[in-house]
Amino acid sequence: MSVRTRTLPADMDFKADLARRQRRGRLWQAFFFMSIGVGILALVALLGSVIDEVIGYRAVAYQVDPLTLTGGRPLEDLSDDELLAVLNDNMTLARQRVMIRDRVLNTQVTGVTLTQTPMRQLLAGKAFPEATADRLLPELTQDEISQILALNLGRDGILDLINDEIVGVEVLQSWTLSESLFQRGAIEATVAEKYPGARLEFGSWLTLDFLTRPMSSTPAQAGIRTALLGTLWLMVITIAVAFPIGVGAAIYLEEYAGDTRLNRIVETNIRNLAGVPSIIYGLLGLAVFVRALSDITGGRSVLAAGLTMALLVLPVIIINAQEAIRAVPSSLREASYGLGATQWQTIWNTVLPAAMPGILTGTILASSRAIGETAPLIVVGASTLIFLDPTGPTSMFTALPIQIYDWTKRPDPQFRDIAAATIVVLLAILLSLNAFAIILRQRFKKKLQG
Amino acid sequence: MSANGSSAYAIEIKNLTVYYGSKLAVEGVSMPIYSRKITAFIGPSGCGKSTVLRSINRMNDLIPSARVEGEIYYRGQNLYGQQVDPVEVRRRIGMVFQKPNPFPKSIYENVAYGPRLLGVRKKSQLDDIVETSLKQAALWDEVKTDLKKSGLALSGGQQQRLCIARALAVEPEVILMDEPASALDPISTHSIEELMKSLVRNYTIIIVTHNMQQAQRVSDYTAFFSIRKSEDTYAEKRWGVLVEYDTTEAIFQRPKMQETEDYIGGRFG
Ligand SMILES: Nc1ncnc2c1ncn2[C@@H]1O[C@H](COP(=O)(O)OP(=O)(O)OP(=O)(O)O)[C@@H](O)[C@H]1O
Ligand SMILES: [Mg+2]
Repeated sequence: MSVRTRTLPADMDFKADLARRQRRGRLWQAFFFMSIGVGILALVALLGSVIDEVIGYRAVAYQVDPLTLTGGRPLEDLSDDELLAVLNDNMTLARQRVMIRDRVLNTQVTGVTLTQTPMRQLLAGKAFPEATADRLLPELTQDEISQILALNLGRDGILDLINDEIVGVEVLQSWTLSESLFQRGAIEATVAEKYPGARLEFGSWLTLDFLTRPMSSTPAQAGIRTALLGTLWLMVITIAVAFPIGVGAAIYLEEYAGDTRLNRIVETNIRNLAGVPSIIYGLLGLAVFVRALSDITGGRSVLAAGLTMALLVLPVIIINAQEAIRAVPSSLREASYGLGATQWQTIWNTVLPAAMPGILTGTILASSRAIGETAPLIVVGASTLIFLDPTGPTSMFTALPIQIYDWTKRPDPQFRDIAAATIVVLLAILLSLNAFAIILRQRFKKKLQG
Repeated sequence: MSANGSSAYAIEIKNLTVYYGSKLAVEGVSMPIYSRKITAFIGPSGCGKSTVLRSINRMNDLIPSARVEGEIYYRGQNLYGQQVDPVEVRRRIGMVFQKPNPFPKSIYENVAYGPRLLGVRKKSQLDDIVETSLKQAALWDEVKTDLKKSGLALSGGQQQRLCIARALAVEPEVILMDEPASALDPISTHSIEELMKSLVRNYTIIIVTHNMQQAQRVSDYTAFFSIRKSEDTYAEKRWGVLVEYDTTEAIFQRPKMQETEDYIGGRFG
C-alpha cells in the first residue's frame, strides 16, 4: 500500500481560501445587481423623457378669435347653413379646392387629374350635387364646393375644418415638464414679452380629444384616431392570418413531420426567417401584396400591410408554438394513445389544450412586436397625412409608429410633443398586451393545475 | 406449461424480438398470457420488461426507431398483422403507466376521455360510465362530491387509481401496468394491489414490478427476464431474454434455472 499524498489544503489554508472564494462570489453578485440597475435606469430615463415632453406649460393663442367670426355666438350653436357661410366668408376658393383633395379624396391626386377630371369621375363613390357632375373643379362656384365638403364631411367635419383652418388654435411655444416645474418665472416672463395676447396653460398633450380627433396639419389640432384605428385593424388582420397558419405549421412540424432531411431544412429556415430584418419583409409585402395582388388587397391598403405583418410574425409564432407543443409531457400523449385515441384526437384533446397557454402568450408577444414595427409599414406605403378612418380591409391607413416617425421628423418642436404623446399611447398598448399575455398564462395554469 | 388448452390464453407471444434502431432490446420471447389472471414480469433493469409490455398494445409504434419482429396473438389474430389498426389494439388492451399521468382536466373529464373518443356524447351515459369506472377503481367514495376538481389535485395514489379508472372506462379486456406502484407510498401501493385482485375477476392483467414481494402477493404467473451480453470486445452488447416462465409459486419456491434462483434470492450480478 502506498502512502496517500496530501493534495487537499490544510485547515488553515482552507479557511483563508474560503474567505477569498466568498469574496469573489459577492463581487459577482454586485455586478449582477448593477446590471439590473442599469436596465431599470434606462427604462426610467426612457419613460421620463417621453413624459417630460408630453406634459408642461404652453402659450396658446387663436389666429382668429372664433367669436369675432360669428358675432359673439359659439361655433357649436350655429346651424349647418350658418357654418357653411362662415366657411365661405373666411376661406378662399383655392383653399377649399385643396380641402376637397385633402379631406374628401384623401389620396395623392396630382394637380393635373384634380383640375381636369369631371366630378362624376373625380368623386366616384362620394357625394356631390347632380349639377356639378360633368364639370371640372376650377369651374365650380364657392357655394358648390362648400356643398361638396358639407355632403362628404358632415357637420362635425365642417366644424373641424373651421377650427383647423380658420380659427387656428395655435400653440405658440411649449415647455417640457422639467422646465415648467423649475423655471416657471422665466417662462412667464417670456410669454409676457414675446406673446402679449397669449394665455399660458399647464396641460398635457395627451388628452381624450387627442385620441379621438383625426389627423391635422397643425399640432394643436392633430389627433391620432386614424392611426389608432389603423393599428387596431393591423393587429386584427395580423393575428387572424398568422395565428391559424403559425399554429398549423407548428403542429405539422412537431406532430406529423418525420425527422427527415427536408423537414430539418424547413425548420432551420424558419428559425433563420425569424431573424430577417423587418424592412425585408416590407419589400416582400410591397412586391407581393401591394403590387402583384393589388386586385385583392387594393394596393397600399391596411390588408396589404396586415398580411406583410403576418409574414413578419409568422416565424416567431411558429417557433413559440413549436416550443409550447414540445413542452407537453410525452406521458400525456401516451395516456391519450393508450386509451385508443387517434393521432388527431390526441393532438386536439390533449396536446393543444396543454400547449395553448404557451401558444397564446407567444402569439401575443409576437403581435406586440408587430405593432411597434415601422419600417415594413413605410415600405408597403402607410400614409402619413390621412384624414379618413379605415373602414375596411382595403382602406388606406396609417398607424401609430408611422405617425410617431412622421412627427418626429418635422422641424416644428410641437410635433415632437404630440409624437411623445403618441409614444405614450403606443407603450400603453404594448404594456397592456403583455399584461394580458401574463394574465392569460396564469389563468390557464390555474385551470390546468386545479 | 399448462394443460388448460389455448382457450385459457388471452394473449400468445411468439418469438418476439424488438430493436430500437439497430440495437437489439429483447430477443425471442415466447409465452402465453392466461386469461383473467395476473401475470408479473420481473427482472433486472434494462432486460426489456417494459419493451415487451409496450409491444402488447403497440405503444412501441409511437417510438419511431422501434421495430418489432415475431407475432402476438390476441383472440386468434396477430396484432402485428397487416390490417390491424393500433388504435383498436390500444382500446382493447389498456395501459397504466409507472408515473401517474392524469390529464390536466377534471376528474370527470379524465374518466370520460376514452368514451368520448369512441363517440359517446350523451351526458347520462357518460355520467354512468364515470361512476362505474370510478367505483371499479375504488375511488368513487373519495371523489364523488367533487368530480369537477382537477385530476392533478389528487394524491399520487389517488391519481394512479384515477388512471386505472380512466383505462377501465373504455372496457378493455387486458390491462398492462408498468410498475404502477413504484412511485407510491406503502399504503397507496397496498390499495392498488387490492384493486388488482378485485379487477382480475373480469380482466387479464400484466404487471411489471421490481418488487419481489409484490409479485408474490398479487400475481398468478411470473415471467423472469434477464440480460445476455455478447462476447464482442469492441462494444459490449446487451439484450434481454425470457429466462423462465411459470406459476408464481413455482418461480419463487422451486425455480428451474440457477439464474432465476440467484435473482429472487438477491444474489444477482
Ligand atoms: N425509446 C427507446 N429508444 C432506444 N432504446 C430504448 C428505448 N426504450 C428502451 N430502450 C432500451 O431497450 C432496453 C430495454 O429497455 P426497457 O425499458 O424495456 O427495460 P426494463 O426492463 O423495462 O427496465 P426498467 O426495469 O429499468 O424499467 C434497454 O437497453 C433500453 O436502453
Ligand atoms: Mg421499464
